[in-house]
Amino acid sequence: MAEFSGLSRAAARQLSERVLALSKAEGCQVNINASANGNTRYARNEVTTAGDTDNATVTVTSRFGKRVASVGTNLLDEAGLARAVETSERLAKLAPENPELMTLLPAQVYTEVPAFAPASAALDAVRRADAVRTVAEASNRAGLTAAGLVHRIAGASAVANSAGLFGYHAATNTVHTLTVRSPDGKGSGWAGTAHNDWTRATPAAQLATRAVGKANGTRAATALEPGKYTVVLEPTAVGNLVGLLAFAMNARPADEGRSFFSKRGGGNRIGEKVVDERVTISSDPQDPDLLTSPFTGEGVPVGGTAWIENGVLKNLAYDRFWADKQGVKPTPFAGGFRLQGTGGGQSLEELIKGVERGLLVTRFWYIRAVDQRTLLYTGITRDGVFLIERGAVSRAVNNFRFNESPVTMLNNLVAVGKPERVSSAESGDVGGAAVVVPPLVVKDFSFTSVSEAV
Amino acid sequence: MDRRQFVQTAAGAAAISSLKLKLPQADPSIKELCMRALSTAKTAGASYADIRVARTRSQAINTREQQITNLSDGETYGFGIRVLAQGAWGFAASRELTTAEIDRVAKLAVAQAHANRRAMRRAVQLAPTPVVKDGRWRSPIETDPFEISIEDKVALLLRANAEALKVSGARFVTSSLAFVRDQKTYASTDDVFTVQDVYRCFPQMNITAVDSARGLFETRNSAEVAPMGLGWEWVLKSDLPGNAPRWAEEAVRKLTAKPVEPGHYDLILEPHHLFLTIHESIAHPTELDRALGFEANYAGTSFLAPPEQILKKFKYGPEFMNIQGDRSQAGSLSACGWDDDGVAPETYLIIKNGIVVDYQTTRDQVAWLTPLTGRKTSHGTSYAESWADVQFQRMPNVSLLPGERDLKVEDLIAATDNGIYIVGRGSYSIDQQRYNFQFGGQSFYEVKGGKITGMLKDVAYQSRTPDFWNAMDMIGGKSSYLMNGTFTDGKGQPGQANAVSHGTPPARFKGINVINTGRDRG
Repeated sequence: MAEFSGLSRAAARQLSERVLALSKAEGCQVNINASANGNTRYARNEVTTAGDTDNATVTVTSRFGKRVASVGTNLLDEAGLARAVETSERLAKLAPENPELMTLLPAQVYTEVPAFAPASAALDAVRRADAVRTVAEASNRAGLTAAGLVHRIAGASAVANSAGLFGYHAATNTVHTLTVRSPDGKGSGWAGTAHNDWTRATPAAQLATRAVGKANGTRAATALEPGKYTVVLEPTAVGNLVGLLAFAMNARPADEGRSFFSKRGGGNRIGEKVVDERVTISSDPQDPDLLTSPFTGEGVPVGGTAWIENGVLKNLAYDRFWADKQGVKPTPFAGGFRLQGTGGGQSLEELIKGVERGLLVTRFWYIRAVDQRTLLYTGITRDGVFLIERGAVSRAVNNFRFNESPVTMLNNLVAVGKPERVSSAESGDVGGAAVVVPPLVVKDFSFTSVSEAV
Repeated sequence: MDRRQFVQTAAGAAAISSLKLKLPQADPSIKELCMRALSTAKTAGASYADIRVARTRSQAINTREQQITNLSDGETYGFGIRVLAQGAWGFAASRELTTAEIDRVAKLAVAQAHANRRAMRRAVQLAPTPVVKDGRWRSPIETDPFEISIEDKVALLLRANAEALKVSGARFVTSSLAFVRDQKTYASTDDVFTVQDVYRCFPQMNITAVDSARGLFETRNSAEVAPMGLGWEWVLKSDLPGNAPRWAEEAVRKLTAKPVEPGHYDLILEPHHLFLTIHESIAHPTELDRALGFEANYAGTSFLAPPEQILKKFKYGPEFMNIQGDRSQAGSLSACGWDDDGVAPETYLIIKNGIVVDYQTTRDQVAWLTPLTGRKTSHGTSYAESWADVQFQRMPNVSLLPGERDLKVEDLIAATDNGIYIVGRGSYSIDQQRYNFQFGGQSFYEVKGGKITGMLKDVAYQSRTPDFWNAMDMIGGKSSYLMNGTFTDGKGQPGQANAVSHGTPPARFKGINVINTGRDRG
């Protein structure tokens, strides 16, 4: 299994043992994060800024009975580590008892996740600039301007504690997102890719073709009234919205009566059908397109979990305390999810062919919660909305504001396509979760006003 | 993004005490490393270089009900070197403050600038800036929050939580304190050397009322408590325990408040709400990098473009509308002595008498505007989140200046026949050119015949930026001007956070479209 040269498994073990040896607390947990962060930004068809940053942080969590405190530092010499340990012990002694504090986990067995790709680690300033040049030249040839980001993080994380637990996970993540605009400001197109392995991310030339096509295609956008439309959502747009549902699947607020997943009168909705029966949402660190960490920050093993299966809510996330209190097994969140549809497998083009009249949406933007009771969100379409008539794209139209719930959306499902890994974080950088989603056809999607923005 | 965490040593704490109300000291060994970085970069081929050495300390305490959920301290220490070589930027950063690492990183930054030449078309031009031989600046704090004991901090939060939970119907409460201290040394080959000591703090609460039988819940947060560039004195002044019962009562009242009838209303927006509308619909679109397309892939562009068609021409709002950019208001979040370009920020008007007259600028942006404005220097709005990030244009405090008549919010309400009075920030969303927006709030009140007649819920207003600001017809005066702000405003790729304040009086907006978010989704 490939390791991160800035923090190998052996180095992580040695560093955590150094910290644990300094500890005088009743219990001690060490978390280590090391990374080499490389990015190159571009705009107006040229590189603007870039950055290469090396960092490593150790967080020491000391506990005395139910008292606990954490101290983080990136000063990793003996003096720095000793200060972190001493300070965390001093603060822990001052802290009031935390009745929800669970005992330290003993040694666990973690699966190995092959998330570290050497080709991604090798994505240096020269290779990043070459990817930019590919896009900039294509955009320039088309008389358009491109802005974007090539971003790579190579790193490793480790967790260890005084009860004998140790876990190590090395990972790379890459993202390339870009927006191509027309000089008159009337056209805008987006394309993006994300993967642990840069060689499995979509090549720059292909992204450029897609974004240039959309930028040209939107230049002559015509006006369309807001209202309820059948929509074909590209995978990125699906990821933008389904992520809001996937990461709201937390048991405690549901059991406490303050979540969409709360049952009226008390308890949660596990076992109820919540979305269309063709929908299954799951997560698994071993999924070759997710490749997320096999353990949580406190060392709980992360395995495969079906959250929604054939439309039925199967699991909510339980931390150790809440699981213990409710008498169930801890179910941690994973760092990503997959939405799979029964009968899915159609391409985006095939889905469009099946729509008599509707809108093709590239992606959503500035999505914010409006009502947590219904998981109602608002946001804007961006970088390409196209009218579909009789199974084909007929013309570009204006952007819209939507007010919609991902739950309603997944209940109004018409058809499901083939899932793919997307870059669906609004930030367009490596910071987002790993998301694998298909394009979807959904009826009665609620657009509430026009956005003049391009 | 790594957590910025710190360790407070006994020696460090003593040093802070002695520095209280004094300007920060320059550490000769740090200064030497800075000079070495600049010299190495020059030798390696840089035409310009700057270095930031920063030690950032942070502390977070979080509670729920009568227990602590997080107590964390952190420190991050490192340096970032930025260079210009053959007209291209390069930036590299590391956590190891040794001469060998300084040399390696300076050379890496220059090599990266050379790599960036592969996809460059236009050489970066840097605007001139005055020499600063030895600049010192410190936030105007009275009490260093890192000197206050953890027991006192926790006790204050748990007392506030207890006060909230005394209110019948209030079921859950969270509260937190966040403190940051940035100690930053900056040096550039343009003969600028500064040492700054910047503090920020943010006390917060959120209270949830639940009606399980009806499957309803509502929340109210501490919207009137601003994050500030101040010390422990601001936490005391914020008085979470004293305010908690009122917020809890409002959360409970919201459960039975009347759902708003959609339609057009006159909106009276008080400062703790209006600041965010200003942030989103004025401060962001007047960032020059957005107007020029530099942020097109994430934050977006701006409807205020191109500048030649906007400056001195575009009517943003009524004649009494004046928008100021500054980094000097006492206690404001973006206040500093010098920005991350080594420029002393200016206080200037972005919108004057309703007309757009300027943008926010950094040294590498000024040349774009010089033919239009005649200005040859930066307004001083460069900022990087940490030593690990490259600096770029971030907003200063962008504020709506008060009106000439000293009207108060009560005067605005009394003059309104059919309106909604909105308190505190809520849900907010705006498009990538800053035209179409939808904002909620914390508390909503029906105004009829000049009086508050009851509480409303599920209110959000939707508008288009120029329509909205041109609908402003009343504004409060000096005594009603307040600051609020955002602790973590996101921009840039990879994303960086910035803290910024916005001052404003209350104001009234005529005939704005209001939707009901609970019933018909607009």
